[in-house]
Amino acid sequence: MDKKTLLKLQITATKVRKNIVEQVFSASSGHPGGSLSSADVFTALYFNEMNIDPTNPKKSDRDRFVLSKGHCAPGLYATLAERGYFPVSDLKGFRNINSYLQGHPSMKDVPGVDMSTGSLGQGISAAVGMAISGKIYNEDYRVYSLLGDGELEEGQVWEAMMSAAHYKLDNLMAFVDNNGLQIDGKISDIMNPDDIESKFKAFNWNVIVLEDGNDMAAIVATFEQAKACKGKPTMVILHTIKGKGVSYMEDDYGWHGKAPNQEERDLAIKELDEKLVELKGEQHG
Amino acid sequence: MAKKIATRQAYGDALAEFGIDKNIVVLDADLSKSTKTDNFKQVYPERFVNMGIAEANMMSVAAGIATTGKTVFASTFAIFAAGRACEQVRNSICYPKLNVKIGATHAGISVGEDGASHQMIEDIANMKTIPNMSVISPADAVETRAAVKAAIDYNGPVYLRLGRLGVPVIFDKDTYVFEWGKGVMISDGTDVTLIATGLMVHLAMEAATILKEDGISARVINIHTIKPIDKDIIIKACKDTGAIVTAEEHNVVNGLGSSVTDVTSQHYPIPVKMVGVEDKFGKSGKPELLLEEYGLTAINIADKAKQAIAMKK
Ligand SMILES: Cc1ncc(C[n+]2csc(CCOP(=O)(O)OP(=O)(O)O)c2C)c(N)n1
Ligand SMILES: [Mg+2]
Repeated sequence: MDKKTLLKLQITATKVRKNIVEQVFSASSGHPGGSLSSADVFTALYFNEMNIDPTNPKKSDRDRFVLSKGHCAPGLYATLAERGYFPVSDLKGFRNINSYLQGHPSMKDVPGVDMSTGSLGQGISAAVGMAISGKIYNEDYRVYSLLGDGELEEGQVWEAMMSAAHYKLDNLMAFVDNNGLQIDGKISDIMNPDDIESKFKAFNWNVIVLEDGNDMAAIVATFEQAKACKGKPTMVILHTIKGKGVSYMEDDYGWHGKAPNQEERDLAIKELDEKLVELKGEQHG
Repeated sequence: MAKKIATRQAYGDALAEFGIDKNIVVLDADLSKSTKTDNFKQVYPERFVNMGIAEANMMSVAAGIATTGKTVFASTFAIFAAGRACEQVRNSICYPKLNVKIGATHAGISVGEDGASHQMIEDIANMKTIPNMSVISPADAVETRAAVKAAIDYNGPVYLRLGRLGVPVIFDKDTYVFEWGKGVMISDGTDVTLIATGLMVHLAMEAATILKEDGISARVINIHTIKPIDKDIIIKACKDTGAIVTAEEHNVVNGLGSSVTDVTSQHYPIPVKMVGVEDKFGKSGKPELLLEEYGLTAINIADKAKQAIAMKK
């Protein structure tokens, strides 16, 4: 990927991060940590990869995305808004009784949301369903899904792994936001599913590991690798930092589902604005 | 205004208090700070087991621990306890009648901003329909503490329905006595009976005050044990007042209301009106605003009371 495209994507991801903070702040509730760690993969999917049309969100041959870790709705909504599915200004209604932006993704309320999620472990199964349908009806859309590393503790995830490999769903590509944290603490302390790389391989998936899962260029490169692999679904393990981009939220499980106060919001926006200035400088430099 | 405490808070505090009983083991599924089982963990870490985000597994594991003679509390949000793991609760816990207490927090739409996916309005229905299961839905912090103690003393499966939102403390800690399967008459009346559970109890009390201003005398009954239901107190209400309104933060389909009509229709048919969620999903919003929008209010209870009275033959 050329430098120009990369910078554009990085700038978009930074704007997505700002709008994650703004949503959770204005709602005084929501999940910033996992939304921030996923901002790069959301951006790569919606701005560089997926065949979609924001003016026609339901077009039948579109690529699909299922946010299996539905609590990261602020990340998805910020991305959809940035991509033009609905006005960015609507984001401030997030979680409000008068807004369509439900606390967890709702496909019947929010344009661009392909599946209602929020109960962990179910979204990836729905993604398998979309991919199976694509196979049966010879449609060439692709299906993408994002899971949390805590979410992998749900048995249903492994039922989905089994069925996707069994039906050779090479039209399915999933990502794990491997940020190492869940609600009660570190994954390694609460319930450790490691070694996940070997487990996905044992379930007969094509597995790609990104040591830096917030590296935009590396994420973008995985799309072609996935398409090149025939007869197997692809899983990308993204080693990310929860809260990425907001210094005081980084790698702190306390920020899983907590909203910043005014002062904290201001600090976060300041840091992200500085990042934007830096990226724009590079763009013009 | 009475002090407000969430019943989940009282639940966690009660586990920490009664956890001195070495026979008690507490499980959670990565929500211990929200369900407040963390309060128990702080005191008895050796008898706390975090099962991770795997509720179905947790319920059957709880059953397994109970087979070794222990009293097990298994906690998560109501949507996952009575929804996702419903069949494990039925087959692993209720069928063998094992000593597992399910501490299900975040019941009802007062969960608020998380929205419909997390607002459990079918749990009373799912749980009461399983043989061997008892269903307890406390109205305040004092009753919750007493219910936890009663659940420990009772040998068998119990579903404890608890809330996220702070609710007024109604009862007096020093005098309150929890009687398994018995309704509690909070105030007497002659024209209509308001039968409520959970956070609707304080709203039913408010409704009685509203009705009194209109010259209507309403009896208020708190049903903390939805199953087994207190038939006697319901039949007596039919005889004494001739009309009933039920109030619950649950789907009107198969909740407290239908437990009450199961009794009235078979023993003493009279008009019954139901206040609850009208068979639709919740949504995101502030808890207080949601309760308002879904008609879970004192005013609505009072209006329904007038309708029920008008239907008397
Ligand atoms: C079935 C289910 N159980 C529990 C929850 C509550 N919950 C929401 S987020 C979360 C932790 C998720 O951790 P992880 O998947 O690692 O997400 P991330 O770190 O990316 O935010 C839990 C337990 C849920 N939404 N669904
Ligand atoms: Mg995580």
